[in-house]
Amino acid sequence: MTRAYLDHAATTPMSSAALEAMTAELARTGNPSSLHTAGRAARRTVEESREALASAVGARPSEVLFTGGGTEADNLAVKGIFWGRRTGHPERRRILVSAVEHHAVLDPAFWMAEHSGAEIVLLPVDGDGRVDLRVLREELAANAAQTALVSVMWANNEVGTVQPVREIVQLAHQHGVPVHSDAVQALGQLPVDFAASGLDAMTVTAHKLGGPVGTGALVARKDLPMTPVLHGGGQERGVRSGTLDVAGIRAFAVAATEAVSSLPERAVRLAALRDRLVWGVLERVPDAVLRGPADLALPPDDGAGSPARLPANAHLTFPGCEGDSLLYLLDSAGVEVSTGSACQAGVPRPSHVLLAMGVPEVEARGALRFSLGATSTDADVDLVLEVLPGVVDRARAAGLVSLGVGGAR
Amino acid sequence: MRVLAAMSGGVDSAVAAALAVEAGHEVVGVHMALSRTRDQFRTGSRGCCSIEDAGDARRAADVIGIPYYVWDLSERFEETVVADFLAEYEAGRTPNPCVRCNEHIKFEALLDRATALGFDAVATGHYARVVERDGRRELHRSPNTEKDQSYVLAVMGPERLERAIFPLGGYASKAEVRAEAERRGLSVSAKPDSYDICFVADGDTRGFLRDRLGSRPGEIVDTEGAVLGAHDGAYAFTVGQRKGLRIDRPADDGRPRYVLDVQPAQNRVVVGPAELLTVDTITGSDAVWFAGADTSGTWFDAEVQVRAHGAPVAARVRAAAPDDDVAASGVEVHLPDERLRGVAPGQSVVVYEGTRVVGQATVSGASRSGSASRTAVAAR
Repeated sequence: MTRAYLDHAATTPMSSAALEAMTAELARTGNPSSLHTAGRAARRTVEESREALASAVGARPSEVLFTGGGTEADNLAVKGIFWGRRTGHPERRRILVSAVEHHAVLDPAFWMAEHSGAEIVLLPVDGDGRVDLRVLREELAANAAQTALVSVMWANNEVGTVQPVREIVQLAHQHGVPVHSDAVQALGQLPVDFAASGLDAMTVTAHKLGGPVGTGALVARKDLPMTPVLHGGGQERGVRSGTLDVAGIRAFAVAATEAVSSLPERAVRLAALRDRLVWGVLERVPDAVLRGPADLALPPDDGAGSPARLPANAHLTFPGCEGDSLLYLLDSAGVEVSTGSACQAGVPRPSHVLLAMGVPEVEARGALRFSLGATSTDADVDLVLEVLPGVVDRARAAGLVSLGVGGAR
Repeated sequence: MRVLAAMSGGVDSAVAAALAVEAGHEVVGVHMALSRTRDQFRTGSRGCCSIEDAGDARRAADVIGIPYYVWDLSERFEETVVADFLAEYEAGRTPNPCVRCNEHIKFEALLDRATALGFDAVATGHYARVVERDGRRELHRSPNTEKDQSYVLAVMGPERLERAIFPLGGYASKAEVRAEAERRGLSVSAKPDSYDICFVADGDTRGFLRDRLGSRPGEIVDTEGAVLGAHDGAYAFTVGQRKGLRIDRPADDGRPRYVLDVQPAQNRVVVGPAELLTVDTITGSDAVWFAGADTSGTWFDAEVQVRAHGAPVAARVRAAAPDDDVAASGVEVHLPDERLRGVAPGQSVVVYEGTRVVGQATVSGASRSGSASRTAVAAR
């Protein structure tokens, strides 16, 4: 069967260069913390990779802290910065996070509220999923002295909304409050420059841009107070202990360098493909609703502009359908997509992102996220457009049954 | 056929899915998520609703080699099974949530959705047999008398039986099913059976009811109305119950007391001696009849079973005619030989002819000939 993989925001294939770098490195021995020749060789690979990654994200090498992925980096940011900022300042108990953050930020924040005295302020978003800057401004004006940090993602993983990170940083810094941003979906999709953004900390991960799963980094300014979460051998400035994963780190650096250098060209190609997908779906299923910013066009390539949504993201809701029915029917027709968010058991729930955007729960249930990547082709979009109308009809019939309409009884 | 195999994560449904594949069907495994909370109903290994169970079902589907999905039916489950469970206890009856789950979830929400999505049938790991006779499908007891689940399946009725498959129907023992699981390399082969109500986390039904319904203190009285003790909520009592009455004073004749009636309006629990529990007349509502049943309103001979693991007893049965004084779509049962003890309203009464299920209804009342002591139950 012809298959179309359109779930690159979940994970995307490793690039051949990254795969080659990783397997070559896996064949070598050497703990970067060891002092002998093998150890020094491993250390050199790690440091060269650190420099390459720093250069790809507009940071200094010393600002890159390697982690075991995006979730760990988000946990380190939320917990580490909160604890670090509270040292000597017990009044700083507020954490400001957007209502549409990934669970890797939301859950540590709420965990801190339960276990470490934090107070969580959820920043509301507008109908497109963009953070309401007015609320942030008011929150900071009223409670800056009690605020430990602000965390707002660079771009949303479900609906692709790009957040006004620079404006958020400006507002927070007027009050001396540091800002963290989860840029897992942004890196490789949008121009990301840590220094220019003004951010204090930023999460990135390898497997969304052609690197391996299980390697990520927290990019953090050196003057940012941060308490370690993982304790042990004192690696990574003592903030993140654990033997460094040389192979994963090198593959990450190779993939990131590649993804960033090919970004302008790839973004244009994928945005065009995505637009064809969106318009094609709306033509064939007229009552489908595009979620997130409707402004699909990329800004002129002047190097500074950022689009309103991720170029490779399309997110639609289909009235009367259940997302899990759509997913099953598309999968059996060869199309692999996501309902947007999945929990551990693989249970689709109405997405907190859509609910925060004001989408009614019944509409949020029929959500599908299509995310494109480097390997996406016209044929993938053709297959979606071919099978989707029939799939939606069938899912709608099943959806009516689930809602008890027309069900026998 | 295109078959949806409902996979709980237990050994029975895993083997049932494997057998459906081996019978030549095109099979897709589906695990129903029934809890809305992230930590799920139960964290132990004995339920059917935990994250571990979803993982076990996924692994079984991998080994069998079929696609696998999790469908969220938690809202439906809460609205029908859990809400009914609470409402029934609140009304002084004793619900059977497994019957309601089969009725509203497995053979309604799941089956209807499967049909709409293009499946021909739903396969489950229930122990019951489907027999084709004269072009009709009949529901029969499993030869495994200990595990037979025809009692909790009868509620599905004849139309839904047309689209149900029970691949374990021919298995005479659980050990055989476990051996089949082991032979196929299914790691759930040694998983313990589940017994309790899946959404009552620790098996403490009373505690669950107290949490959800709150404390409602009232009196425990004898058949004359004399107050013998107090309770925290009449909903926590079941007709036929003996333990947990906490009455200080023994009965005059020293014999044990049983719950005879639960009266929610008065928030009263009536207790008395065992012989007042025995009944020979049962009325039921919401009757479901299978093909071949005599629904003319005339009496016929059959056997009835009033508990999931109870023994069947000989009975005279008649379906209520539409203009009958028995509630519409009701049933009336007389026990000529053997009386039954502790027939609780809310439970199912299933009518059998031999191994064949004829019909089923929900018990609405029970009484003894020549006694008016429990007609109040029937009239409620």
